[in-house]
Order: sequence, then C-alpha cells, then structure tokens
Amino acid sequence: MPTNRCESHFELFGLPQSFEVNLAKLDRIYRDLQRSVHPDRFTNASEQERRISIQQAARINDAYAILKDPLSRGRYLLELHGHEFNDENSTTRNTEFLVEQMELREVLADVRDSDDPMGALNALMDRITDRLKESTQRLSACLDQDETGQLTGPIDGAVDTVLKMKFYRRLQEDMLDLEAELDNDLA
Amino acid sequence: MALLQISEPGQSTTPHEHRLAAGIDLGTTNSLVASVRSGSAETLPDAEGFHLLPSIVRYVTNGDPVVGSVAGAMAVADPLNTIASVKRFMGRGLDDIKHLGAQLPYEFSGSGSGMPSIRTVAGDRSPVEVSSEILRTLKDRAEHTLGGELSGVVITVPAYFDEAQRQATKDAAQIAGLRVLRLLNEPTAAAVAYGLDRGSEGIIAIYDLGGGTFDISILRLDKGIFEVLSTAGDTALGGDDLDRAIAAWMMEQASVEDDAGHGELRRLMQDACAAKQALTDKKSVRVEVQRSDGPDWQGELTREHCNELIDPLIRKTLRSCRRALRDAGVRVEDLLEVVMVGGSTRVPRVRELVAEFFDCEPMVDIDPDTVVAIGAAIQADILAGNKPDDETLLLDVIPLSLGLETMGSLVEKIIPRNTTIPVTRAQEFTTFKDGQTAISLHVLQGERELVSDNRSLARFELREIPPMTAGAARIRVTFQVDADGLLGVTAQETTSGVLSHVEVKPSYGLTDREIETMLTASINHAQGDMEMRRLQEQQVAAERLLEAIHSALLKDGDDFLEPEEQERIAQAVKLLTKARQGRDHQAIKRAIEGVEKASLQYVERRMNANIQRAMAGHKLQEFE
Repeated sequence: MPTNRCESHFELFGLPQSFEVNLAKLDRIYRDLQRSVHPDRFTNASEQERRISIQQAARINDAYAILKDPLSRGRYLLELHGHEFNDENSTTRNTEFLVEQMELREVLADVRDSDDPMGALNALMDRITDRLKESTQRLSACLDQDETGQLTGPIDGAVDTVLKMKFYRRLQEDMLDLEAELDNDLA
Repeated sequence: MALLQISEPGQSTTPHEHRLAAGIDLGTTNSLVASVRSGSAETLPDAEGFHLLPSIVRYVTNGDPVVGSVAGAMAVADPLNTIASVKRFMGRGLDDIKHLGAQLPYEFSGSGSGMPSIRTVAGDRSPVEVSSEILRTLKDRAEHTLGGELSGVVITVPAYFDEAQRQATKDAAQIAGLRVLRLLNEPTAAAVAYGLDRGSEGIIAIYDLGGGTFDISILRLDKGIFEVLSTAGDTALGGDDLDRAIAAWMMEQASVEDDAGHGELRRLMQDACAAKQALTDKKSVRVEVQRSDGPDWQGELTREHCNELIDPLIRKTLRSCRRALRDAGVRVEDLLEVVMVGGSTRVPRVRELVAEFFDCEPMVDIDPDTVVAIGAAIQADILAGNKPDDETLLLDVIPLSLGLETMGSLVEKIIPRNTTIPVTRAQEFTTFKDGQTAISLHVLQGERELVSDNRSLARFELREIPPMTAGAARIRVTFQVDADGLLGVTAQETTSGVLSHVEVKPSYGLTDREIETMLTASINHAQGDMEMRRLQEQQVAAERLLEAIHSALLKDGDDFLEPEEQERIAQAVKLLTKARQGRDHQAIKRAIEGVEKASLQYVERRMNANIQRAMAGHKLQEFE
C-alpha cells in the first residue's frame, strides 16, 4: 500500500536529493501534483475527502516553497544531513562576516539621511542581491554530494553560508520596509 | 459520485447532469450575477433588462427590504434606512468604521460580538445581513432566469480582504441560503475571464480599482494554471474615495460645514461622482451645491484640478503595485500585460498614472464592470462539476501575514503574506503552571510588529488539556488556511494524543449562534425551525458520503482494501443508510463519523495513488 507521509520533499517531487534543482521541472511537477489533489477538484466530494485534499495540497505547497528557494532548500538539505538549526542561537562565528554585518547595518541606518535616500537604498539593494547570488553559488559548492548522497566537504561551510544568506534576507526585508516608508514620505 | 473524482479529478459518474451554478460579484457600489449558459459565460439581467444591481438596501417599516436602484432612488430622501457601500463595513469593528470617514450617513450600534449594527426602521441590521439581502436578490434573479435551484455559487471578494472580511462574506451567503463553492479573489476571477478569452500565457498584472477597494495581483498564466505570485491592495480605497475627495473640495468651496445633514452629504457624493464621470470625456464640468441654509454655490471643475484632488489616492495604489512586484520577485519589464478592472479604471487619470508606472499601455478593452462576475461564473461552472475534463486550476495566496500574540504585545508571524493556499503550519506550545488545562491564543493578521497595529481575528481558547506539571505538556496547534482564505485551528496534546477543544471568539465576526438566529429570522427559513435545518444538512452530507463511497468501492475497492477492511466499511455504510432514514440528526452525524473512520485509510490511499499517478505521468513525459 502506498504511504508517503514520511517522504522527503525531494521524494514527493520525484527529484534527486541535491542542491541543484531543475526549476522548470519542479514547476511542472508542482502543477500536476496540485491538479491531482487541490480542493477545487473535490468540491462535490465528502467532507472527509475535502479535508484530506486540503492537507495534501498544503503539504505540496509547503514542499514546493522550500525546494523553490535556494536558501530554504539549502537549509532543508542540511537538515536532511542531520544538522539542526536553532533559530534563536544560530549565529555565525565568522568574524569577517560579523564585521560586514555591522557595516551593512550602518549603511542602511544612514540611508535616510543621505542626499538621495532612494538612490542610496537602491544601491544597497543591488549590493545585497549580488551577495545573495554569490552565496548561492558557494552554498551549491559546499553541498556537493558523492554518488551515495554523502556531502563531499565539511558541513560547517554550508551552515555558515545559510546563516549569511539568512542575514541578507532579513536585511532585504528591512530595506523593503524602508522603501515603503520613503515612498510614503514622498507622497 | 464524488469519490470518483479522486482517481479521475473532475470526472462525474453522471457526466450529462448539468448543475446550475453562478458567479456573483458582490461589489461595493454594484453587484452582478453571471452564469455559463450553452458554453459561454454571461451576466444575467433583471426583469427590466438591467445587469448591474446597485448594492443598496432600503429597510422599510412593514415589509421586505428593497434592493437595487429602487432603493438607491430613496438614498437622499431616506438616508438612514438606505444602506449603500455596506461592503466597507464587512468584518469590521465600530472603531474601524468610524475611521473610514466621519461623514457616514448611518447610525451604528455596537453588538455583543464586536460587529456593529446599523439602526434602521426595521430594527438593527448587521452588515452581514444587509449583504445577504443583496445576495438573495441575485440568487432569485439567477434561479428565475436559469429555471431551477442553484447548486452552488462562487462569490468574489477583494484579494486584499482579510480573514474576518472573508468570513463575513461567507456568512452572508449562508444566511441568503447559498452554497458557496469558493470565495474567489476579484483579480483572480478577472484573470480567468481575461486569460481564457485571450489565451494569454505569461506573467500579467491585474489592477483592480473598484468602488470601495483596490487590489493589485501579479499572476503567472501557464497551460490553464492561474498562479497568483503576489497580491497587495487597500480594502478602504476606491472610486468612493475619489468622489469623497471631490465632494470635500466642493464643500470647502461652498462653505458647507462638515456636520451637514445626511441627505445633503449623500447628494454631494452623488454630484461629485457625476462630475468625476463627466470629466472622463470633457475637459471641464460645471458643479453646484444647493444649500439649505445659505446661497447656492456654482463653480467649475477642470480635469486638471480634479487630477490634483485625486492624484494622492492614485499614487497610493501605485505604492501597492510596487510592493506586489517586489513580493512576486518580478520586474516591470517581465510583465506581459497590465489589465485594468473595476469601474474606477475608467477615470483617465488612473490610466495615465498606471501606464506611467508600468511603462506600458494598460489593457482597457474588456468591460471592467462585468469581467469579475464572468470569471466567477466560469469557475463556478467548473467547480460544480460541469466541465469534467477542464484543466483550469487557480492557485491563490494569503494577502496578509497571519500571526500570534506573544510576550510584550508583539506579533510572531506564522504564515507570511503571499504564501500559496491552502497552507498549514503547526506550532508547539506548553503550559507554564502545574495542572494548567487551558491556553488562550490571540490570532492576528497584518504586517506590523505590534499587536495593536494589526487586525485582531480571533481569540482561541484551548481547553481540556490533560493536567501535567508546568512545561510538560506539548500542545501542537495547527493553523490551516483553506482555498477560500479562511482560517481553521486544531490543537492536540502530543504526549497524550488528547485533542484539545478549540473555542473560537471572532473579534469582529458572528458566532455560529448569531448566524443561526439570523437564519431563523430570514424569510427563506421562516417556516422551518432550526432542528429541521440541521436534519436536512446531515441528510445532504450523508447522501453525498454514501454516493461517494459507493462509486469508489465499485471502481477500486478491491485494489486498495483487504476483505476485512471492506467488511468494516460495509458495516458502517449499513448503519448510515439506516440512520439517514430516521429523523435524528445527531444519529446521522454519528453514523457519518463512523463511515469516515472506517474509510479514512481508504480515502488516504486513493489520494496517494492520485499523487503517484500524477508523478507517473511525469516520468513518462521525461522519457519522451
């Protein structure tokens, strides 16, 4: 009897467990899976089927969201390899990066008072976008696996990169908030 | 017949049975009903041939409320009993409503549930009840035109409606005696009508400025899938507000005080709206204010000046557009098209500024008033089961983040905005006192950090937690947002497996009891009492379940079930068949639960087989 409660997200989508994912294929499979379980396909079914269909559709949405995004995919892959992230306590010990964090925070704090706040903000946004791109490449290299699915390198580098990316993402969020504020001020 | 859909989604055992279904656009200023007839979706007119139903309800001393243009004609003469733009009050508290504008021409009274009522000569009426009158009028129109009872409807709501506003809309439908197949976001409905009509594939933006609400949705259209990437908007910004800006200027010019009478304010709003509409074609328009307590005022409003008055409001919509693009991770140049929806997009200045922002000419060649209802009708036809082979699927998102109140009146986000629905998220809680048996949770919706800056949706009380030492209990609370954007909460103590009882106190909604009272009071249900209604509900549910299980077993019972499992289901089915013939709704309910329990694994196995079939199709494709 088929049961797929405990499958990994990769297994659910029939994809190899790897950081490199064929996104076009992921999209296609996602849509076909949703077509087969989405509650809109069960409007006239029994309450029970509708409940199960919602659960399945939610599970597929969740898995898709994780696999689609490099940060959450990398993080998930590390969890599959046995690393536990503890959100409150996970900080990097990389001093170089700590210095960079402080610097970036300062740049963001100064945006408001600069001559051209929007311009300054956009420049910072571009910088962070580049950083995220670099980090994604690094993460990909760190998460290289051998034929048996074991990581070829030490896990620390990958964990560190995930934490970095998390920081950049948070900074992005804050930048978007600031953009909205600046937008409101201009109006 | 429904279970068959598990193996062949959308297939019905009786393919030629056509179910009557309709799409309803429940708008701030106007409402519409549409249906698919002989293959094409069209809006349905009333007996006089009018398609648009003004969303206005007038209550009278003796007799049924009047809905539509007849009610609208009395708006100036009888402002207190003639309710317009009631959509603005849906799912809102009294404070929010006061915040919407000090010039509202109604008298409100608070009620126990936090949902305010409007004082009328017919008694206090909640916004939900007022909306249900509009829905009932459209239901009657559809059933009369289509010649039978509606099996279900799709009702559209602004994409940016929060959970409370959605729930209020669904409650209104229930009171009107409608079965809601789906609450559909207005821009998504427009995308369906537009996308299917033009066969567009790619990323599009739907800019929807209605009478009282604004939505922007970014969608990806691909082979029948309408995937919403992001949505943003303002549920208190629309054509009404443009009118209000113009009316405010007129009042200032004519030295009319802010506390002018209700009738006078109504007339001003109507004149402002007329001036706005006239400026669509003309460069300038004469406006006048007749005053009861002074000389009349006459003046000239040029299009240029009008633009100055409304620009700040339009720019506000563009800020939402920017955020939607950001959230979708899409740049302006990635967009295939920008589609204009909603009556207020007729305003030339709106088109100008939208064109400027998106750096392209927006599409204005579809009827902005009817496209939402048409899209809803198409989706209703599919959901009712009339198009078994249809590949259309709508994947929508939650517009605002859902969160929980934590220490220090802060909000912890559980489900971020623009997450695709349905979605479930679980969170674990523990007790902080020995023997504690209850936990209270406060659910909020919004993007801000502080509790007070977000919308309070509901307070949940988890009861019947088994008493343990402090910190020992593990209560797993699961939040589920369904495809309608409605929230459900379940809780379980994981060490003992005991399900906690979840008691919901909606902040601005109606309790189940209040809805029942309104149902009993409403005309359609006046003859039957509550017991009768409950019995009917259970009978319908039993019917559906029996049909589903019967056809499923015929199809693949032997493939998925051991003989003893089949026997267990057969026993439960026998009990339900017997209970259904009786008049005890509780007995039927218990028997339904019995069948569900006996067939749970079966349904799950079939659903999994479904997934595997979808995957198998892929493996084949990959080799091709």
